Amino acid sequence: MSSLIPFWYIVIAVLWTGFFILEGFDFGVGMLHGIVGRDEAGRRAAINTIGPLWDGNEVWLIVAGAGMFAAFPGWYATMFSAYNLALVLLLAALIVRGVAFEYRGKRDAARWRRTWDVLLTAGSVLAPLLIGVALAGLLHGLPVNSAQDYTGTFWDLFQPYALWTGVTLVLVCALHGATFLCLKTTGEMRERSWRVARRLAPLTAAFVIGFIIWTHVTAGTTFFLNVIELLAILAVLTAAWLVYDHHEGFAFAATTVTIASCIIAIFADLYPNVMVSSTNPAYNLTVHNTASGAYSLKVMTVVVIIFLPLVLAYQTWTYYVFRRRVSRQEFQPARGPTTPETTTRLPTMEPDGKRRPHR
Amino acid sequence: MTNVDLARVEFAFVTVNHFFFVPVTIGLAFLTALLQTAWHRSGRDDYLRLTRFFGILLVINVAIGVVTGLVQEFQFGMNWGAYSRLVGNVFGAPLAMEGLAAFFLESTFLGLWLFGWDKLPKRIHLLTIWAVSLGSVLSGAFIMAANSWMQHPVGYTMVNGKPQLNDIWALFTNPVFVWGYAKVLFAALVTGCMVMLAVSAWQLRHGGDREVFTRSARLALILLVPAILFTLLVGDELGVVEGKYQPMKIAAAEGQWTTCQPCSFSLFQIGGGNNDQTPTQIIEIPHLLSLLATNHWNGQVVGMTPLNNQYNQQYGPGYYVPNVFIQYWGMRVMAYLGMVVLVIGVWGLWLLRRKTLATSRVFLWVAVWGAVLPFLMNTAGWFLTESGRQPWIVQGIMLTKNGISPTLSTTWLWISLIAFILLYGTLATVDLLLMLRYSREQLPPPRSEADADAPVPAVRY
Repeated sequence: MSSLIPFWYIVIAVLWTGFFILEGFDFGVGMLHGIVGRDEAGRRAAINTIGPLWDGNEVWLIVAGAGMFAAFPGWYATMFSAYNLALVLLLAALIVRGVAFEYRGKRDAARWRRTWDVLLTAGSVLAPLLIGVALAGLLHGLPVNSAQDYTGTFWDLFQPYALWTGVTLVLVCALHGATFLCLKTTGEMRERSWRVARRLAPLTAAFVIGFIIWTHVTAGTTFFLNVIELLAILAVLTAAWLVYDHHEGFAFAATTVTIASCIIAIFADLYPNVMVSSTNPAYNLTVHNTASGAYSLKVMTVVVIIFLPLVLAYQTWTYYVFRRRVSRQEFQPARGPTTPETTTRLPTMEPDGKRRPHR
Repeated sequence: MTNVDLARVEFAFVTVNHFFFVPVTIGLAFLTALLQTAWHRSGRDDYLRLTRFFGILLVINVAIGVVTGLVQEFQFGMNWGAYSRLVGNVFGAPLAMEGLAAFFLESTFLGLWLFGWDKLPKRIHLLTIWAVSLGSVLSGAFIMAANSWMQHPVGYTMVNGKPQLNDIWALFTNPVFVWGYAKVLFAALVTGCMVMLAVSAWQLRHGGDREVFTRSARLALILLVPAILFTLLVGDELGVVEGKYQPMKIAAAEGQWTTCQPCSFSLFQIGGGNNDQTPTQIIEIPHLLSLLATNHWNGQVVGMTPLNNQYNQQYGPGYYVPNVFIQYWGMRVMAYLGMVVLVIGVWGLWLLRRKTLATSRVFLWVAVWGAVLPFLMNTAGWFLTESGRQPWIVQGIMLTKNGISPTLSTTWLWISLIAFILLYGTLATVDLLLMLRYSREQLPPPRSEADADAPVPAVRY
């Protein structure tokens, strides 16, 4: 057995965890931008807290998928085929969300923006819900035959445990987004973010604890919770306490640890399986019966060791460049029309469709 | 339709759509970086205004390029499970490298560029747009290496019936990759130039700032002519390389059923497809096919019938001829439209020299509509490449019909196909409307003398 196989399992887990830590608050901001923002200036301020960041964050998902393809092609093939329709939904949610950022401000019409706001919110809820269902399915088991092919239907994916996991991730992302908004906004919006975070915290804590116990029981290895599972429970309780106690930076750190330990818990309890077969445990997909050859893993290891630290370095720098809080006042209509280009003004149209120069 | 047909239609649909945005991104990112560099060097306000103007068009495109790229990344596993399982060992590596080395770079630095105008020192900010351009160019390299491996597999050994990677460098020295990648880069530059030219031409026709948009039209034209020439030349060499490794593809592109030597190139023909092998009307240029396919005046091109017989011997009974109609016309649409683009480019340069570009209304009208041409060329080119590989999904290793996820239901495939058509239809419409709207937008106003040293305001959502 190549020792690179467990290493690559860890890399995949790290990529999924990184995706959720970063895109988690993007999802949260997407869900909450209407509540925290209230009016157009506020909504724009909320969206602009993640404006420069969300696109780079979403790449973590692409790389997690591509990493599975390269290191565990059998896993990638079975999982993505099994989740086919769920992935269509997920892609639709992510696409709609992504273009909503870009497009909502590109026309100055209330109805246009409202449409994109609704789509942004819906996409931001649906995406973590579906990914939660998908990751949980790996652990609780799906009908997979001896040839590693999925034999179930679309509805087989929505087991109670999977749905619970999905809802848990939605809540954790929402709380993570709320603590992020506390850190990145000012004045009234910051206050509203606190109120939202306080309201979400107890429910999220309850769901996370339920999720951890259910995950532990599903994995069914030992009686006692393992370190990661304990960490998740501890983190979410700390987060709830810090939210009530108004500790801005630490609250965000605690939700970060919560979201990370929830994802790692799934991967830790799954190993060495990568996809459990509910048909017959003998058909389980494991890291060994799905992995790439030793040479491919070696090549990919070199690549990941060079590039992942580099990516972390320049993404960290990006967060440093955009460390400033975003305030609602920057987007007040008094400062000019709400076009995305502050220096561009809309052309004035004559009735005959000809443009007249700016006055 | 069978499951394989449905999955192929879906893949073709999402890929063709994705590739509307990719070349625009590669081309425009490079051109925008050039414009910003010109501003940086000369300090002329015109260049800054153009950078901001075309930057918005770039951003609209990248947004859709990224989200449709996500679909591409998932498609292999969703519908082509058996394929992914068999070749992931080789094919997955360049894909993962693309994400790690290119997508992160492109997406992160686009955010920095767009929102960092007033937050970064000028020189660093200039570097961010070059990083975006580099990311887009690199991503093309990795995905072309993966695609070229499907056309001409290299760098592997067969272990238990599965290809196992044993030489990663072979993927990047694959002649199909070297020439194919060069072609994609030049075609992307052509696309970017044609879009920039069309937008400038529209502005010049409709009272946009004459001096500024003549400047962008000039930049587009000066790069366009060498870019299209290289596209055609590299394309010709790629034809020779493919003729060597995929002779069936080249024979089908000419509708050549029997072996010929020397071979003439038919400009136009009716019939001669898979069902009626004798064409009814032909205009021929002697020796041209020999030259295109082999680089020799009297080169031999083996016909599809003898090739099919040979493959039957080699791979077992079957029909190894791709759709000849698609091959024949894919090749011609691509090449003929390339000639039209070349003519537009030369015509524009001639007008530039005579300093009448901004007033030549006929040329400007042609240039506006010329924006459609590179998209048709690119799509025709991909049909030629991908359909010409059929019936193989990986040449000589796996047949397309064996690549599909085996337990996928027809209903699922229909649902996902329709979902993607609706989604992409809406996206394309919105994107086109916004592109048109912003192309017709006025330039950002010039900055006053007093502002010249002040930071440029950032773009925000």
